[in-house]
Parts: sequence; C-alpha cells; structure tokens
Amino acid sequence: MTETGTKIDIDKSVGVVEPQYYTYAGPGKEHKLESGEKLGPITLSYETYGKLNKEKTNAILALHALSGDAHAAGIHSGHDNKGWWDDMIGPGKAFDTNRYFVICSNVIGGCKGSTGPSSINEATGKPYALDFPFITIADMVHAQRHLIDYLGIDRLLCVTGGSMGGMQVLQWVASYPQRVRSAIPIATALKHSPQQIAFNEVVRQSIMADPAWREGNYYAYGQPEKGLAVARMIGHITFMSDQSMEEKFSRRLKSGRFSFGFDTDFEVEGYLHYRGANFVKRFDANSYLYITKAIDYFDLSGGRLIPGGKPIDTRFLVISFKSDWLYPSHQSQEIVRLLKRKRVDATYCELGTTYGHDAFLVEVEEQTTLIKHFLDKTFNGYLVVSEHGIS
Amino acid sequence: MVIWWLVNMASPDIRLDHGVIYSIISPESRVLDLGCGEGDLLYPLVRDKRVRAQGIELDDKAIQECVKKGLSVFHDDIEHSLREYPDNCFDYVILNQSMQEVKNVDFVINEALRIGSKVIVGFPNFAFIRSRFMLFLRGRAPITKPLPYLWFDTPNVRFLSIDDFKNFCAEKNIRIVEARYLGERRIVNFWPNLLALNAIFVLAKGNT
Repeated sequence: MTETGTKIDIDKSVGVVEPQYYTYAGPGKEHKLESGEKLGPITLSYETYGKLNKEKTNAILALHALSGDAHAAGIHSGHDNKGWWDDMIGPGKAFDTNRYFVICSNVIGGCKGSTGPSSINEATGKPYALDFPFITIADMVHAQRHLIDYLGIDRLLCVTGGSMGGMQVLQWVASYPQRVRSAIPIATALKHSPQQIAFNEVVRQSIMADPAWREGNYYAYGQPEKGLAVARMIGHITFMSDQSMEEKFSRRLKSGRFSFGFDTDFEVEGYLHYRGANFVKRFDANSYLYITKAIDYFDLSGGRLIPGGKPIDTRFLVISFKSDWLYPSHQSQEIVRLLKRKRVDATYCELGTTYGHDAFLVEVEEQTTLIKHFLDKTFNGYLVVSEHGIS
Repeated sequence: MVIWWLVNMASPDIRLDHGVIYSIISPESRVLDLGCGEGDLLYPLVRDKRVRAQGIELDDKAIQECVKKGLSVFHDDIEHSLREYPDNCFDYVILNQSMQEVKNVDFVINEALRIGSKVIVGFPNFAFIRSRFMLFLRGRAPITKPLPYLWFDTPNVRFLSIDDFKNFCAEKNIRIVEARYLGERRIVNFWPNLLALNAIFVLAKGNT
C-alpha cells in the first residue's frame, strides 16, 4: 500500500492502494469445484488495507456482493473512484485500518482481475466464455481460503460482507469455523427464496435474449449491452425501497412535460438507463450469469451452517434493514434462530433505514456503531469494554 | 461481592433492583435478560461475574448501547424470542420491569421456566401504600416512581400487586424460591404488599 497524501484526506481514507494478485492451482493442482469440474490456474485479485500485526490476529476479510470487486477502500493511482466500502473501511471507520488489517478479494467467476468466464483459458488461448465451469459460493470461499493461507493467517478476526458477501460469510463459518473468530453477515440469507431466484432468472434471461450475447461468445464483438443494461436496471429496482425511490425521484419529469412518446419522461427512467449504461462498461455479462447462478444454488439451511453437535466459538453480529425487501429481515432472523438453537454467541439488529437493500453500502452511522464495538469486544474482550463504565 | 454491594448501595447510579438481582446471580452462570434495555443490569454481571449473557430488546437505539458495552443482544420482542431455545439452556432468565409490558404473561413465564432453571421476575407493586392513597383518597389512577406513566400513555398492560403474583404462582404450580421486596432506597421486610414499591421473585418449576 502506498499513499501520496496529496489529493485525499489521509485522516479519513486508506489513500492510494494497489491491486495485488495471487495465483494458485497450477497444472496438476487444479481446484476441484463443487460441481466436480476442475479449474486452474486460478488468479485472485485482492487489496489490503492497514497492517497485519506480528501475531497475525487482526485480519478482517471483507467479501463483496454480486457486482463488487477487490477495490473496497481508497483510490487507485490516477483514478478517483473510491472503493465500494470506503465509508466503512479506513482510519477510525467501522473497520478501523489503524487497528486492523483488512483484505478484500474479487470472487472467482468475477471479471475484476480474478479468474472468470472472461479470462483466457490457457488450454485454448481464448476467453473461457461458457466453457468456464459453474462455480458456487463454497468454491469462492475455498479460493479465498487459499489466499488467506498464502498470507499466513491462521484465524481471521472477522469475515464480513453484505448480500452475496454475507452468503460468503456464512459459507466461511460452515466450511472453516475454526478459522473465523467472528462473523458479520449483513442483509443476507441462508438460501435464496423463489422470489429471489425469479429475479435472478429474469436478469439472466434478459442477457441471454440479446442477440449480441452470441451464446456467450461475444468477446471478439463487444458486450451484449442492451441485455446487460436491462439486467442491471432490474437489479437496481430491487436494491432500492419504495420510499427511497419516492424520495429520490418521486414522479419528477426530466423535461417538465410528457413527451407522448417512448423517450425518457420520468427521472427514475433516466436513472435506470444511466445505471444500465454505466454497468456495461464495467462488468462482464457472462460473469453476471455465472455469479447469479452461484447465488441461487447457495443453501445453508437445514443444519448446514453449523453441522454436527459440536459447539462453535465464532461470535456473530447479524444486521438487516427494515426497508430491504430483496433480502427481508425474516431471512436474517432465520439465521438468528439457527444460532439460538446452537447456542452461538450472537447479536442481531434490524436497522430502521429507508434505503432498502442498498443500505449495507450507504447506511454508515448505525452500522459503524455496531461493527466498531462488536470488533472491539472480539479483539480485546472486556479489557477495553470495561473503560466504558456503567451509565 | 459484599464490597461491591456496599459500594453500589451507596452509588445513586446503580438501581436498587439491579443490585439485588446482581447479588442473586452466581458467577459464570448463563443468563438471558428479557427486555434488557441498554444493558445496565447485564454489563456488571458480565464484567465482574463473568456471566455468559444474552439480552433481548426491541428498541434498536438500546441495542446500540448494549453493543457499545460489549453485550450480545437480539432485536426481538419478548413473546417471540423464546421458542427457539432448547430446554434448560440458561441458569437464569430475567424478566425485570418488563413483565407488566407483556401481553401473554402466562406463556412467557412458562417458556422462561422451560429454558431456564430459575426465573427472576421483578415488577412494581400496584398495591404500594402511596398508590392506594392516590386511588382511595384522590380518586386518581396511581402514579409512582416505578409506574410513572399517565393512563393514556403507558407501555404497561398489566397492573398487579405482590399478593396477586403469589396467587398466580400458587395457581400455576410455580415454586417461589426466594422473594425480595424493595422500597425506594432499601429492602422492605414488613407488609411488603403495602410497603414495597418493587418486588423481585426467584421462580423455579413446581413439583409435578
């Protein structure tokens, strides 16, 4: 990590960060996926913020959502795009980089530096496209475990993430409970409901219905822009709440009057078009197909989160948002009920924000209070907490 | 513990009922506090008696305060929070100053007795002498320190006296292990149903 200290406020930001890459599963050591297929070599792009302590006990793994990437905080040299969780990761923030070492890696199947359908298949010299094997949330987590091994970290202080990131958190606990001291799954679920699968299927169909998709072999021609943009528009509707859309757009018109045509009349239409058009520039359509499928396959219900009678000592902080109808609170409460049955030390809070599912990215203040103190207790026990005194 | 008790009896910051409950609970026990508020009761228990504590609270601001104190809390209402717990998974289930806000008291106390070996119930005594005067002489609904609400703006849906609660326990075959009666500043030993503002009962399952 390097900091220039010129353009950005060093006190509040991790500054300029550089993407890093880790490659494993070379010839003969391919990664066996949940589907039974093999994948290799695998590259993971990742970033780190803060410093790993000598005992290697202060590492936090942040896990991104569907369209996220390894760039969680700070900025890249020459760009001013802040990381997707920059409000939460940094000096003095919820994940305080003065105290903790935060790692974020792009999932396999993604398109932001980690191996995915747009990567070159070494066997053919061409992009994988639909030859890319199907991946699951467990495969993503398995790959992250290789990275954590490589970084020499035995036990993570915390794994955290929202939405699909929250699924990876739960998968970490299911796959490697002894390596997770605490878990913060946010706005997530043990499994996708039929409604959630349905939205993902509409998203996939809109991509695949675009002739420019060419059965996935579009890399020589350019993205299926129309299909992918519509897919993202659907996504954005589900990320917001009725109330947040009312506050943001109401029925405001772009040009003050109806066009009596199919142009963009309403501001909300303009917003969706803008989001869709932006998305096709930054995200691979096939990755969107593969990752939405991985999300739909995810299911840790029925005792799969904490298998067997063995107690686990991972602490949990489960957060949901009242206005989130894509991952409604009752799905987080299902996680909590499971934790209760297994007598796991856990805290659950439903925050009253109106932002909808997007809240895990934009509702900073209350999340920060919960996460900061939860981590403090996990890291320091009551040594620090007792200074708080009784009020 | 005696020293802690003396210090806190002298400290106006520590509520008398909290001090009494603190003294009842043994170190390192498993405790569930139903309606734990900002965690003022659980916090000293966890810090000084290394109690394994879990709180249940409905107010999200109060939950934030609990998390600041390092406590584990579930955002839930009391009546819905108990079902998932296995039998006898707590040494104590506390229902302090929250029973009067519960609609389904019978169910909650039964569930509490199922999941906890002992249940600590603390509630304001509606038959306290000053309440009786307010009702008898002034003809007005009583307002006291532990029951400070006006009739139209109160979270309380249950109004009971110490004797009412004893009757309830006898009728439901609930064993009263211990009872403490509290005045404004000290323990009350005589005529508790008349002179105590608050009561704290330690309950266990009756003999069947």
